Amino acid sequence: MSRLFANLRQLFRYRVLIQSLVGRELKARYRGTVLGFFWSFFNPFLLMVVYTAVFGLILQPRDANFMGKPLVYALFLFTGLLPWQWFVASTLESSTVLMTNGNLLKKILFPAEVLPVVTVTANMVHFLFGLPILFILIPLLGGHFSFYMLFLPVVIFVQYVYCLSFSLLISALTVHFRDIRDILGNLMTFWFFATPVIYSMNLPQIQKYAALRTLLNLNPMTHIIGGYHSALYYGELIHWKKLGVTFLVSLVFFALGYAVFDRLRDSFPEEV
Amino acid sequence: MHAIELDHVSRVYQKYSARHRFQTFKSAIVRGDLFRSIKADELVSAVDDVTLQVEEGSTLGLIGRNGSGKSTLLKLVAGIAKPTAGTLVVRGKISALIELGAGFHPEISGRENVFINGIMLGLSKKEITSKFDEIVRFADLEQFIDAPVKTYSSGMFMRLGFSIAINVNPDVLLVDEILAVGDAAFIPKCLDRIDDFRRRRKTILFVSHDLSMVGKICDKVAWMKDGRLRMLGEPKRVIDAYLQDVAEKQEEDFQGKQDAAAAAPTAAAEGAREQRWGKREIEIRKVVLRGLGGEEKHVFSPDEGMVIELDVAAREPQKDFVFGIGIFNSLGTLCYGTNTDLEDIIPESIRDEGKVVCRIDKLGLINGTYYLDVAVHKRDGYPFDYHKNLYSFLVSSTKRDEGVSRLPHRWEFGPNIGIKTAGK
Repeated sequence: MSRLFANLRQLFRYRVLIQSLVGRELKARYRGTVLGFFWSFFNPFLLMVVYTAVFGLILQPRDANFMGKPLVYALFLFTGLLPWQWFVASTLESSTVLMTNGNLLKKILFPAEVLPVVTVTANMVHFLFGLPILFILIPLLGGHFSFYMLFLPVVIFVQYVYCLSFSLLISALTVHFRDIRDILGNLMTFWFFATPVIYSMNLPQIQKYAALRTLLNLNPMTHIIGGYHSALYYGELIHWKKLGVTFLVSLVFFALGYAVFDRLRDSFPEEV
Repeated sequence: MHAIELDHVSRVYQKYSARHRFQTFKSAIVRGDLFRSIKADELVSAVDDVTLQVEEGSTLGLIGRNGSGKSTLLKLVAGIAKPTAGTLVVRGKISALIELGAGFHPEISGRENVFINGIMLGLSKKEITSKFDEIVRFADLEQFIDAPVKTYSSGMFMRLGFSIAINVNPDVLLVDEILAVGDAAFIPKCLDRIDDFRRRRKTILFVSHDLSMVGKICDKVAWMKDGRLRMLGEPKRVIDAYLQDVAEKQEEDFQGKQDAAAAAPTAAAEGAREQRWGKREIEIRKVVLRGLGGEEKHVFSPDEGMVIELDVAAREPQKDFVFGIGIFNSLGTLCYGTNTDLEDIIPESIRDEGKVVCRIDKLGLINGTYYLDVAVHKRDGYPFDYHKNLYSFLVSSTKRDEGVSRLPHRWEFGPNIGIKTAGK
């Protein structure tokens, strides 16, 4: 435990480095594209259009709340997709981040954990870039603003810790087991459908089966996405208890992920 | 006060990294060797029980063959790798020039890379801002600093990397064979900087294969061999011992090659037919190269002497015969050729077996591989036995002089001309 705090202190000392690497990541990502930074806004928007077309118009949601209301459904989708993208992108990128930056680990004295932290943070910034689009869409798609939106930073913070814990664990393990990268791709698809993003927890089919409900409730992403839905879509108080437990679980994951990372740290320069 | 202290430091690597041992989950699960313990024969000591101190303000050179553990030692000192055993203390801020521009991102500009790389190397933003112009000027990249780094040539890349690293202003500078990419104008600039560090009493650990440079700038030299510290001391002595060892290795390789040629008779015989002619009324049965002390050898220094020993045999007594030698360099240029007739040695008789020895007191050749012709023929040129290019030897020298031979010479300077010789 004291090791964890020592590491965190060290990480704090590297904040300028993290900050500039995040900046570099953001600058480099769309360098050379015509639309540049605007892709940060367009990407989630286009994704929403695709999902609305498929799940809203073609398949037609069975949920009574969305039936015949594709615009409302689009808003619901977008509210969940945006943070989901953050989680997926940071997890998938973390699985390769140590290898692609192997040169840093091998050739200069470099705190390895900075790399997954940068990955998660850069993707969070992308997520934040998507929020203005969401705020523009809320009135257009029939949503409404409420002061419960002020709880948004709380949800973002919980997700940040959760994404970090996952990224630390995945990035360290993938160095030794490259298979994880491939497993992750499929796992993420499964996970997406196991999280209420394209459907809501209120769906009668889910409420009917206790086992299914329990399963979904065990998924921390359920409560994080739920938090976004509460704050942005429903305009209600976030579910403190569920989110609080999720946060505690995230903290435990974080300590665990960091411990694994720390344990494997010395092997990185030779294995990446 | 010692800036760097190594006490029985070892670093062990697995011959096959864990990635190879269980590359996939499948193999780990199927063979159940996920947590198999590592056997001793799968370990390699890259650095083996090295004890070493570097005085503050001194420059230590590290020499040794490829794979002798120099770079690993440097990485241990830099903190990039952790020692498996032993303790290591470094006092002061370290800057490691192990790979220049290691953290550059190709897509963003040189300017942004300077900042990020500087921060990675431990500078603050303010420090970089104040040193920025100097970094760019030193790298000679004023016009290109706002272009993405991917458009840089490898030389520009390296110059920028060097310029940042050297401006970190460390107490301990680690340099690993990095000056190889720089052009003729940049290398002296780098050496100037390193000299400047020396003057400011900073500690430098310098890995290089350029022995004359090591001899020039180092106060002490450590020679690594197979992960162990073989010798540590005054530069000239250590470099000489190292060169001696290299020469011995070359000798061994040479012997190995010759043995291999002898073991493959068909190929050798075919080659030999082309390179040997004459009816062998007088036959050269064996040619041996020796040092002046009589030991058989194939690697010589330019100042050494060489003895060419021919075992000859005459089938029937002859009255007209000339023995000759010719030494060719790898370009086929005749460096020196002579025979007994040209030197007015008048033959009288030869019968049965005998020995002919040509004794060269000082070889006086430059670095390189040389081929030897030996022959016995009549005075009118009719060959008895002519061996063309059948024998070879190496000349190994630290001097970089050029030409076909090294003339015996000495430099002298008048009173107003100050000079300094390398190696002190």
